[in-house]
Amino acid sequence: MNATRIRPMLVKRDRPSLSLKILAPLLALVAATLINLLLHVFMGKDPVAVFHAMILEPFISFPSFSEVLLKTGPLLLIAEGLAIGYRAKVFNIGAEGQFIIGAIFASALPVWYPMATGQWIWPTMLLAGAVGGALWAAITAFWRVRLSANEILVSLMLSLVAAQVLNYLLLGPWKDPNGFNFPQSVMFQYDAMVPLIIPGTRVNASLLIALALALAAYVFMQKSFMGYKLEVGGLAPRAAGYAGFSEGRAIWISLLIGGFAAGLAGAAEVAGPIGQLQRSISTGYGYAAIIVAYLGGLHPIGIIFSSVVMAAIYIGGDNALVSADLPIAAVRVFQGSLLLAYLMAVTFVRYRLAFARPVSEVAA
Amino acid sequence: MIAVEFILSGMLAAATPFLLAALGELVGERAGVLNLGVEGLMALGAAIAFIIVYHGGGHVLAFAGAGLAGALLALLFAFAALGLQANQVAAGLAIGILGQGLSALFGKTYESLTVKGLPKLSVPGLSDLPVVGGLFVQDPVVWLSLAATLAIWATFAFTKTGLLLRAVGENPKAAHSIGYPVIAIRVAAVAFGGLMAGFAGAYAATVYTPLWADGMIAGRGWIALALVVFGTWLTARIFWGACLFGAVSLAGLAAQAGGVELPSQLLASMPYLVTIVVLGIISSNRRLLKLNGVASLGEPFKP
Repeated sequence: MNATRIRPMLVKRDRPSLSLKILAPLLALVAATLINLLLHVFMGKDPVAVFHAMILEPFISFPSFSEVLLKTGPLLLIAEGLAIGYRAKVFNIGAEGQFIIGAIFASALPVWYPMATGQWIWPTMLLAGAVGGALWAAITAFWRVRLSANEILVSLMLSLVAAQVLNYLLLGPWKDPNGFNFPQSVMFQYDAMVPLIIPGTRVNASLLIALALALAAYVFMQKSFMGYKLEVGGLAPRAAGYAGFSEGRAIWISLLIGGFAAGLAGAAEVAGPIGQLQRSISTGYGYAAIIVAYLGGLHPIGIIFSSVVMAAIYIGGDNALVSADLPIAAVRVFQGSLLLAYLMAVTFVRYRLAFARPVSEVAA
Repeated sequence: MIAVEFILSGMLAAATPFLLAALGELVGERAGVLNLGVEGLMALGAAIAFIIVYHGGGHVLAFAGAGLAGALLALLFAFAALGLQANQVAAGLAIGILGQGLSALFGKTYESLTVKGLPKLSVPGLSDLPVVGGLFVQDPVVWLSLAATLAIWATFAFTKTGLLLRAVGENPKAAHSIGYPVIAIRVAAVAFGGLMAGFAGAYAATVYTPLWADGMIAGRGWIALALVVFGTWLTARIFWGACLFGAVSLAGLAAQAGGVELPSQLLASMPYLVTIVVLGIISSNRRLLKLNGVASLGEPFKP
């Protein structure tokens, strides 16, 4: 070892400060924005126009902002559910499939009983969707707990299967007979719609449900013994085992909660802004919510903010498509680079950079 | 009989994208790094290769470009996950999303365009055999992939490089204390994985189905990840697993051609369903996984 060479190394902080934890996602957002604008310049787009359409407009124009609120609902719901699992080190990445199955379960009622009326219909649909999502996630839980199969791969594969189930229904039994052969169901009746909460917009009560569940997640994760057990199970499974916390139960709870929330989000989409079952019910919400969960620091309150940011990225992407001719794929590039930038930034929450001689003992 | 011939002759080509990506991931995982971004690496490689072939650059340049792009994106993953000790699962997912996004971005103006694939080379004599003859008529990439499989198997079985890779995956502390650069070896293994995933994508987009469509990788990167588990981290088993998936993806077509009435969505789901079932069967054999698994897989190492 060359003792005179000075090189950078990471030294663990005694206690990560709250301000750093809040700074990390903000820094990541700034970094990702700059890098992506640079990419757009290389693509021959006008960076000022892109910046205005993508970053400013979602917040300064009310119609745009109301759409941001609309998109916040599903992202918030799914991410809150996922974060509970991630803290217990249960990596459910199949929320997309749980969302789709939730939407299908919810749609069964208006598809089969298009003439039914009554204020009970939309709440029943939301409940059915949540149960559907949880059932779909239960397959992953069973595979993980009983067969010890990797939940990352199983839950992802099930998402790909769910997309095919949706295709099958829309091209076959559930296709609207008067729909000019489009792969979509009938339009749902009025009572199948979640009531609107802001007049003149499409924002509906599911946003309030999502916020209420975010608070419930806060109480569950930060204040309850059950949440504590889950987290300990993730951090130190062996210690948790000695203390009598079952790993299997933690996996079941994590996946069922994640599936329930994602299914509810799927139901709220078809019973809300879309109003029918169709192929494009999700624009990758299930995957975007993974980013939302991490960006919010896996903290129920942090996720409220990160879901608004992610919703704004979606709406900003739509705006930029129209006004700056930016391909919609740019949104996915932005999402991926944002998560990567955040994960790198988080390193500096936990560690500080030091320049020292490479003597391992100093770091230890 | 026709169905069997059809499956035998097409199996290796269908298996090649799985095989190349899984072999690359195997090398990374043997060194202790779990890169979940394979799907995105393949998608990026596919787009780059398609664009190069479309503009007349030829297949050699296309594979080189795709491999380079895959390796560079994998190095970005390595910088985050190994250099900065970011969460490996999340960083892999981020790379996957990024790769798929870049693929869609670059490929946007090429949607539904086609290119010319590669001619097939046959083994004289063997290719005239009844029934199995088709096995010996393959494009050059398939032959090279078989050679790569052998080379990787031999590397792990006989060489010091193979031993070193396994050492940093099994017990990085011990490898470090006797003076091996654990992080550097892991970074190299991850870059190799990216290179292979880039090749896999290039093969899918410019040889196997030489047509560009966004999302054309269609989960094959994820199946490649599952294949490494099916193969219990052994090269030969991964090869047989890839052949199985090649056969499964053709069996549906053969059944359809044979007049079996199945919804096309069920056929499309078949590889995913088979993955789920096989993953359940293999994983429930804990002894098998413990015996061959990589001890420090996914665990960060700080020198």
